[in-house]
Amino acid sequence: MRGHGLRVAIQYWEECPSHGEALARVRKVLEDENIHVKIELVRVESEEQAQRLHFVGSPTILVNDVDIDPPTTSHYGLTCRAYRLEDGRISPLPSEQMISRSIQKIKGNLKST
Amino acid sequence: MKIGDKAINFSLLGVDDKVHSLNEYPGKYVAVIFSCNHCPYVRAWEDRMVKIQADYEKRGLQLLAINANDDAKYPEDSFLKMKQRASEKKFNFPYLRDRDQVTAKSYGAQRTPEVFLFDTNRVLRYHGAIDDNYDDSNAVRAHYLRDSLDLLLQAREIATPETAPVGCTIKWK
Repeated sequence: MRGHGLRVAIQYWEECPSHGEALARVRKVLEDENIHVKIELVRVESEEQAQRLHFVGSPTILVNDVDIDPPTTSHYGLTCRAYRLEDGRISPLPSEQMISRSIQKIKGNLKST
Repeated sequence: MKIGDKAINFSLLGVDDKVHSLNEYPGKYVAVIFSCNHCPYVRAWEDRMVKIQADYEKRGLQLLAINANDDAKYPEDSFLKMKQRASEKKFNFPYLRDRDQVTAKSYGAQRTPEVFLFDTNRVLRYHGAIDDNYDDSNAVRAHYLRDSLDLLLQAREIATPETAPVGCTIKWK
């Protein structure tokens, strides 16, 4: 199946080690959903770039420019990002379920428009 | 700092408003963990830090967490926020502020969390990560710090004295 009109990007800061695992999780979810799109990797390297991108931390995963876990902060900068998982734990990575739910939601929005 | 090196003493203010020194704990095993508030890797591991202190306290462990991050760039790492975090998470160990970053630099610490485990003679016996899975405590296969403590308590050589610490970089001034 093609990409359903989806664009997927991962913004990351090299100093946070979880971006490789984030990429693997996004790839797995897309495979499971039978969606074939190129994942854009955006390396964030400066505070200025972080401000410009409204980057709240690494890794940030965007589907059609929408954050899979919309941040509640407007503190932008080079930092590692904390995700609160379904069971309340804090993790440096979103779960596969969080990524999948976001993709499903955006796919649904595209169908209804 | 290398395996076999002697500990470097420090005197740092804790969230209990008392100054804590490494010399306060004669006869104890001491795990110095460079830590902080903002880092998600620390947050993923900190319940395990509390559990390790609880599990090994009676066997002679004293865990000391030290936050050296620059709180001008990372306000979540301020002393006030450290106090809040220690209270929320019910830290059962001192949480210390290394404001001038001298201790972190003297230890050669690079990341949070990063463990330096000393035996009762204050010789470094283990350095690195707490375990091998920051994401899921139920999926841990190698309990580096616990295993090191178990071996130390049996007066045996530590099988894996060094691992790569995984986490955020310390935020230098």
